[in-house]
Amino acid sequence: MTLSTLKRTLFTVLFLTVFSFSFAKQSEDTGDSEKFDSKAMILHHVKDAYGFHIATLHKGQENETHINIPLPIILYTDQGFTTFLSSEFEYDYNGNVVVEKDGQKFANVHEKIYVLNEGETAVAYDADHHPTNASRPIVDLSVTKNVFMMWVSVIVLLLIFMTAAKHYKKSGENVPKGIASFIEPLVLFVRDDIAIPMIGEHKYKRFMPYLLTVFFFIWINNIFGLIPILNGANLTGNIAFTCAMALCTFVITTLSGNKNYWKHIFWMPGVPVPMKIFLMPIEIVGMFVKPISLMIRLFANITAGHIIVLALMSLIFIFKSYAVAPISVGFSLFIIIIEILVTAIQAYIFTILSALYFGMATEEAH
Amino acid sequence: MDIIKPELGLVFWSLVTFIILLIVLRKFAWKPILGAVEEREEGIKTALASAESARREMENLKADNERILQEARNERESMLKEAREMKNKMIADAKEEAQAQADKMITQAQEAIVTEKKVAMAELKSHVAGLSLDIAEKVVRNELSNKDKQLELVESMLGEAKLN
Repeated sequence: MTLSTLKRTLFTVLFLTVFSFSFAKQSEDTGDSEKFDSKAMILHHVKDAYGFHIATLHKGQENETHINIPLPIILYTDQGFTTFLSSEFEYDYNGNVVVEKDGQKFANVHEKIYVLNEGETAVAYDADHHPTNASRPIVDLSVTKNVFMMWVSVIVLLLIFMTAAKHYKKSGENVPKGIASFIEPLVLFVRDDIAIPMIGEHKYKRFMPYLLTVFFFIWINNIFGLIPILNGANLTGNIAFTCAMALCTFVITTLSGNKNYWKHIFWMPGVPVPMKIFLMPIEIVGMFVKPISLMIRLFANITAGHIIVLALMSLIFIFKSYAVAPISVGFSLFIIIIEILVTAIQAYIFTILSALYFGMATEEAH
Repeated sequence: MDIIKPELGLVFWSLVTFIILLIVLRKFAWKPILGAVEEREEGIKTALASAESARREMENLKADNERILQEARNERESMLKEAREMKNKMIADAKEEAQAQADKMITQAQEAIVTEKKVAMAELKSHVAGLSLDIAEKVVRNELSNKDKQLELVESMLGEAKLN
């Protein structure tokens, strides 16, 4: 983007701001009585959900319809496994609809399923709006919105990369054609700019499948999280997903750690003995802090982007004016364009740090 | 804030999905793609290496040619030199031999001349002796017949002898 375009864009945004705020003032007294809770809306959109809710038509009217993909709910309670479809909750997530299955009663309280205690028929809450007469199931293996989108992304990834791989097999002289010519620079980027510099020429090959998979898996899910019609299935902005990814990196780092790596953790070479004793706990904590930082970094970056976009959008509803829309949309668009960069950057950072940790674990004494 | 509490179900599904994805992609995507890329890079590397070796071989060949040419030139030079030397030597030898021959011939000739001269002298001596005898005879004869005539004869004979 050149400087003049940037200037012009800024002027437009400023003009629109002044223009629409004057409109907003005018329409202030015409708003309806229902109070808009932006925090609840944002958290609801950032969090996982049991159904894939796309839109509600004719809200609050008799012919209210929901466009929704019902997803399976799989619960393990003290009475074994229970399975039913999320549509049985009738799109309710306030704990009002109680579903009875296998002699147990379930309610969806803010996208968390609770099992009602014996004999209860409705959820009761304490002052902090926590259910008092219900508990979480032992294990909740429901295929949620995020799991569903994760599987969609897996299908897309498999389609892209297996088609690319087929192109290589077809052309005898190994020339990338079709989709392979788009994929190859990215694969080479991961190899030449991430794996080889971080791990080293001799050992990088072992880690290539993991690094490539993690890079593309995180990237495509970052992108999917930005597509509004998918209702922002915020997989990479969910700490459970980043936790799983960081766990993989941690396990691989720990398993591939050589003698030199463990020596650096428990008995740092080249420093006096008191220093060795002092450094040991720090290094042991560092071993765990590294994957935890990976987990929090990805989660926080992606969630923050989503929260900003949603917050800008909720300005329209806070001001109760269509006139705010241009600013909201303008700023959201700006943030989303940055977010498109962030999708790639965060995938890159996660991959390069994983590679760095692998490189540290396999480094030989020098 | 339950958005920072990892939900066990999603952790489970993420791990399962990711591990399956990793295994499938490793077998069906990364191996063929990376294999093909490496094969190509290897091919380029060997092609470059063989080009380099061909270039070096060419250089060697050129150097060899140069060397052979130089050698041939040197040989020609030396051959020419040798021939020149031989020619000079031959001329010198011939000259020497001719000189020797000539000297020898001259010596022989001189010896022959000396011998001939000696022979001629001896012959001359014998001739002169005969002549002297003849004259003496004639003189004696004339002297016996006429005194004047004898004198006259002696005189003419002496004149003749002077001419000789």
